[in-house]
Amino acid sequence: MRAADAPLLQPLDEPVDEGVRIMTICNACRYCEGYCAVFPAMERRLSFSEADIRYLANLCHSCGDCLYACQYAPPHAFGVNVPRTLARVRGETYRAYAWPAWLGEVLGRSGVLTALALAAVIAASLWVGVSSSRSEDLFHAVPGARFYSVIPHGVMFFVFGAVGLFVVATMFTGVLGAWSDMGEERTALADPMAWKTALGDAFSLRYLGGHATACTDELDRTASLRRAAHHLTFYGFLLCFAATTVAAVYHSAFGWEAPYDYLSLPVLLGTAGGVGLLIGPPLLYVCRRRADPLTLDSAQAGAGDALILLLFLTSATGLLLLVLRETSAMAILLVVHLAIVMALFIVLPYGKFAHSFYRLAALLRYALESRRPHRSADEA
Amino acid sequence: MEKKPYDVIVVGGGNAALCAALCARERGASVLLLEAASAAERGGNSRHTRNCRCMHDAPTETLQGAYGEDEYYDDLVRVTRGKTEPRLARLVIRESANLSGFLRRHGVVFQPSLAGTLQLERTNAFFLGGGKALVNKLFASAQRLGVRVLYEAKAEAVVLDGRRFRSVIVSVAGQRTEFAGRALIAASGGFESNLAWLREAWGAGADNFIVRGTVHNTGVVLRSLLDQGVQSVGDPTQCHAVAIDARSPKFDGGIVTRVDCVSLGIVVNSEGRRFYDEGEDLWPKRYAIWGRLVARQPGQIAYSIVDAKAVGLFMPTVFPPVPAASIAELADELGVPRNPLGVEVDRFNRAVQPGAFDPTVLDGCRTIGLQPDKTHWARRIDTPPYLAYPLRPGITFTYLGVAVNESARTLMRDGSESENVYAAGEIMAGNVLGEGYLAGIGMTIGGVFGRIAGHEAGTHARG
Repeated sequence: MRAADAPLLQPLDEPVDEGVRIMTICNACRYCEGYCAVFPAMERRLSFSEADIRYLANLCHSCGDCLYACQYAPPHAFGVNVPRTLARVRGETYRAYAWPAWLGEVLGRSGVLTALALAAVIAASLWVGVSSSRSEDLFHAVPGARFYSVIPHGVMFFVFGAVGLFVVATMFTGVLGAWSDMGEERTALADPMAWKTALGDAFSLRYLGGHATACTDELDRTASLRRAAHHLTFYGFLLCFAATTVAAVYHSAFGWEAPYDYLSLPVLLGTAGGVGLLIGPPLLYVCRRRADPLTLDSAQAGAGDALILLLFLTSATGLLLLVLRETSAMAILLVVHLAIVMALFIVLPYGKFAHSFYRLAALLRYALESRRPHRSADEA
Repeated sequence: MEKKPYDVIVVGGGNAALCAALCARERGASVLLLEAASAAERGGNSRHTRNCRCMHDAPTETLQGAYGEDEYYDDLVRVTRGKTEPRLARLVIRESANLSGFLRRHGVVFQPSLAGTLQLERTNAFFLGGGKALVNKLFASAQRLGVRVLYEAKAEAVVLDGRRFRSVIVSVAGQRTEFAGRALIAASGGFESNLAWLREAWGAGADNFIVRGTVHNTGVVLRSLLDQGVQSVGDPTQCHAVAIDARSPKFDGGIVTRVDCVSLGIVVNSEGRRFYDEGEDLWPKRYAIWGRLVARQPGQIAYSIVDAKAVGLFMPTVFPPVPAASIAELADELGVPRNPLGVEVDRFNRAVQPGAFDPTVLDGCRTIGLQPDKTHWARRIDTPPYLAYPLRPGITFTYLGVAVNESARTLMRDGSESENVYAAGEIMAGNVLGEGYLAGIGMTIGGVFGRIAGHEAGTHARG
């Protein structure tokens, strides 16, 4: 027989190649089709292109159910590890579209240190900028928590708006590119039914470890914890985003300037979101530490830790700023908070945050695809 | 030797062993479970399974319609051609109705039948994630309940004193030790991975067989019991074998090594000649005979050949087909002589009769005048690329086992009962399944007799 057949039994170095190898094995087995969207999507195919693998990778949550259930997992000669392989493919995708690339490497080496250093450098620059442009002592209480007397609204709006736009544009370009690579039309993005299904799946975390067939009780518990932690983080982030958006509307449309009353909509939304981000990210960190290292892509740990830390610090400093906004600590807290938010923006495209865009695109495609007739063999 | 005897010692780590250990423990017995494999490879052949066949009178969450005792029994009698012990068979069938509830209680999750498993949605309950997920859940439950589990614990011999079990000699991670017990449950599978034993039964050709499941089913406990006067059951020269991809690993290739395109093309041996009607019946009903058919060919190898028209009509294979632009080139790639193969394909193509090809029914598209004819799904092999899959016999299980009664207690050759030796799973499946196979019945026999053995052994040891 031809020697070319032998590599099928050997794990491959390149994540996408390994993805093709593994999905070929999985597609001949199919025992996992009840778990999540990855396997039904796989069954629609007889062979796998690079775009197929990237699509399947973004349907995967690395919950580990299929690894524990796999008769071909290491130490089996086939060495099938779907969650880790697909995590590696995802990591590669995020890195491919994040700029500058060197920051990704630094984050990969030490995410926590890089995040802290980034925030510190930004805070120091802000502080120097703010102090040099003003004569009075910044440690003196600013009556009425007037944030804009420390940093003018225009500066804040321009700097954060520009960086935020850049980050969103980067990830958007990446997702649109991936969408076309999958052979989907841009017009398909306008399908309301598919959006409805995809958003429902995304907002409910439908496929995240819903079955938990882990081989130990501890892994079982970690799976439910992860779901709760992800919900807290995700909805916490959305609420904070909503708070900022409402505040922006207040400011530009009605001329109502910050600070807002404790019972105002932006503060209520921000506080609720802040609490979510205070609890969710540390829990996600715990889950990551407790997760089976077999299901993880260690190359992404750094950027993941940086994101978790900065989300937590954004919330912690934000809430602190809310409580202490009438005191002499306001100015320094504001500078620190803004520096952390800026560092968070910069780190976003490198790690886990980017997955939300790719995941949503993958779920959208899954919803579109599920309505198409099956091409595969055995559905007759 | 450990001083304190266990109430129940279970040898094996698959579905039957786990069900037995759980039930014995639920009776209050102290239980030691000896699994030959490492923790990562535990679960015997159960880890390669995906469902169990369950009797039910009304639709359930995951099973459609009804599947009554008599229909189930008729199916069993048909596949075994009557080689079944009726009382034990009916016991398995009746108790199968309670099996999924028991498994659920211990954490196993079920799902509707998998896509592509035609006609099983009514009869078979599928484990979410397959047999290894089931095994994981049962081990977790066993450990929670206080069953002591030893991995890499290979039983070397069972010590019987007449009809009475005394102890079992075990090599645990290379260290030899002896465990005494008040009852033994042998749930250690068949002997299909014991290559020397296979050679005894099938000669040198057995070297070309591939074992689809665990490397640990060496039959040591089976032979130890038979050598000490326990009565055997089942044909010692028979095994259940299907035709699988010849490139599969020697052990543990499992489900993915199957090749499902036999009925869509022709199958030739290493001399390039056809040897059996590839279209005799629907593939799920016939795939089990092809192991034995290939085993009878020279070198125990054959080649399933299809052309481009068949692509997409069968389950994807784990190994890519050997492709070629012409039959001559295909012969060279396979190492089959060009001449008989080319002539064979020509003769076949000329013998194909016109008809409406439909792979989902017996379509009557056939050849006329060949020896042997192909009686369904015969289409000319004329559209390149031509694709070939090499086939070898893949052994799933062996039929030889120990005889048991309705209490799962083993019988001695003189017809008397052993005092405290019980058996469950493949090691006693031959009592119910003397020949052939019925999808999902292996797990059902294992689960039902595992529960009975655990219950009886636990009661015996505690009483």
